Amino acid sequence: MILLSLILSFLLPFTASSPAASLTPRGAEQGDYAPRNITAATAAQTVEDSAPAASAPYSAEQPLSSGGRDQDEAEGEVDIAEIIFSHIGDSHEWHITEWKGRPVAIPLPVIVWSKYSGWHCFSSEKLDGKQYQGFFIGEDEKIFEITPDGIKRPFDISITKNVLSLMMSSALLLLLVLLSARWYRRHDVLKEAPRGVAALLEPLVMMVHTMAVENIGKDYRRYLPFLETAFFFILLNNFLGIIPFFPGGANLTGNIAVTMVLAVATFLTVNLFGNKHYYKEIFLPEVPGFLKPIMPVIEVFSALMKPVSLTIRLFANMLAGHVMILAMVCVIFIMAKYGPLLGSSMTVVSVLFGVFLDALECLVAFIQAYVFTMLSSIYIGLSRQNH
Amino acid sequence: MNLITPDTGLLFWMVVIFGLLFFLLAKFGFPVITSMVENRNAKIEKSLRDAEEIERRLNETVRKQKKILAEASAEQARMIAEAGESRREIIDKAREDAKDEAQKILATARKQIAEEKEAALRDIRREVAVVSVAVAERIIRDRLVSDEAQTDYLNKIVDEACAKPRPAE
Repeated sequence: MILLSLILSFLLPFTASSPAASLTPRGAEQGDYAPRNITAATAAQTVEDSAPAASAPYSAEQPLSSGGRDQDEAEGEVDIAEIIFSHIGDSHEWHITEWKGRPVAIPLPVIVWSKYSGWHCFSSEKLDGKQYQGFFIGEDEKIFEITPDGIKRPFDISITKNVLSLMMSSALLLLLVLLSARWYRRHDVLKEAPRGVAALLEPLVMMVHTMAVENIGKDYRRYLPFLETAFFFILLNNFLGIIPFFPGGANLTGNIAVTMVLAVATFLTVNLFGNKHYYKEIFLPEVPGFLKPIMPVIEVFSALMKPVSLTIRLFANMLAGHVMILAMVCVIFIMAKYGPLLGSSMTVVSVLFGVFLDALECLVAFIQAYVFTMLSSIYIGLSRQNH
Repeated sequence: MNLITPDTGLLFWMVVIFGLLFFLLAKFGFPVITSMVENRNAKIEKSLRDAEEIERRLNETVRKQKKILAEASAEQARMIAEAGESRREIIDKAREDAKDEAQKILATARKQIAEEKEAALRDIRREVAVVSVAVAERIIRDRLVSDEAQTDYLNKIVDEACAKPRPAE
């Protein structure tokens, strides 16, 4: 039991980019971490106070209430869904840990454009449970604006937790690859074996290189930088997503916006650089006459579904992995209330399964990066075939 | 957070950051690495091909060398055999020549000996005649007072001496 306690005391702070921090009773100071929804009453009061003319459009039907969750917290229930979704979702601040009962979090810049008041840029601290300059954080951590026409969504390009993670991981990837490239520039590869970062990256770079050569053929050089960038971007963010503490823990590749951009990049690469044979196969396929009107529809649908499948595959796999790990850790806290015997035994099981799932997630992180890159190279190769 | 609704802000930043990342890595990162490693791989492949070619040539050279050695050995054996045969012929010829020369020398020597013997005999006969005459003259000086008597007597003695058998030579 002592050993178990030690393991838990070690794991919980780390997993608290996941659940641990959320499991403490949510007071006013705990609002940092979960979606900091303003209640309908607060928002309405705010509208009346700050802009009397705008009070009429606001409706209690707006998605601002979090009363149900507060009720659960008051009863001491562990809201698993809330814990999990708050961890895999985005946020306007980056919660790191708790220190002496107070949250340690990095507030992030809010950058919004309103057609009523133009650009606004301020710290998300100013929106902590209140509204600022007519903006407030509503449901799903989205920023809403109180306007004369009612509560609207402004054009929001805020630096959220996922965006910050995106910036950091991209900077890290850039650093790693440029350091590796510098080694190759400064050394004679015919006389020296690569060392350090170059030795780490070279097998992966050449794996993607081989993949491109095999799937694309003679034109592979044109597409190799995109495939390499996509592979390393996905791989690095997959691994950073598994790390449960800052600067990891952001569910970037489990976010559909990120995977969608990657898949659209592949889609554009395939369709902008496809040769005449590719488009002939789509619009004038060599099929029996009665199939000629149908086949272009099917082919166009197929071409459109390729990026969709790429988007969903990566997003769903990474999201599912995070959810499973979080759920496994949450089992500890669910079972705790059933007594020390059941709680302890389930804790052991949960920790063991959690470690297993983390290891599995490492494998999935690599496989998903590999699969995305391989499918992209195959799609590109199909669009470059000459027969 | 609605999981299947892409957030516009993240979409915006993802497009910007991934686009920038792609541009920088495509320009300054991956092409350097891949071109260098391709060069190295090409060099390794070329070296392997060269090594195979060198090995093939070496094997060919070894094969030719063995063939040349075998031919040289055969030639050597043939030359040794021919040399032996020549030696035997030369020796035999030399022996024949030596024998012939020896015969010639021997014949010449014999002829010369015979001639010298004849001359010696003639000299001896002359000396003997002179001595005999001198001896006879002293012995029979008193009886042979006339010249005719001396000549007749001398001829008689010489004839008798010639008629006697020669002592063993």
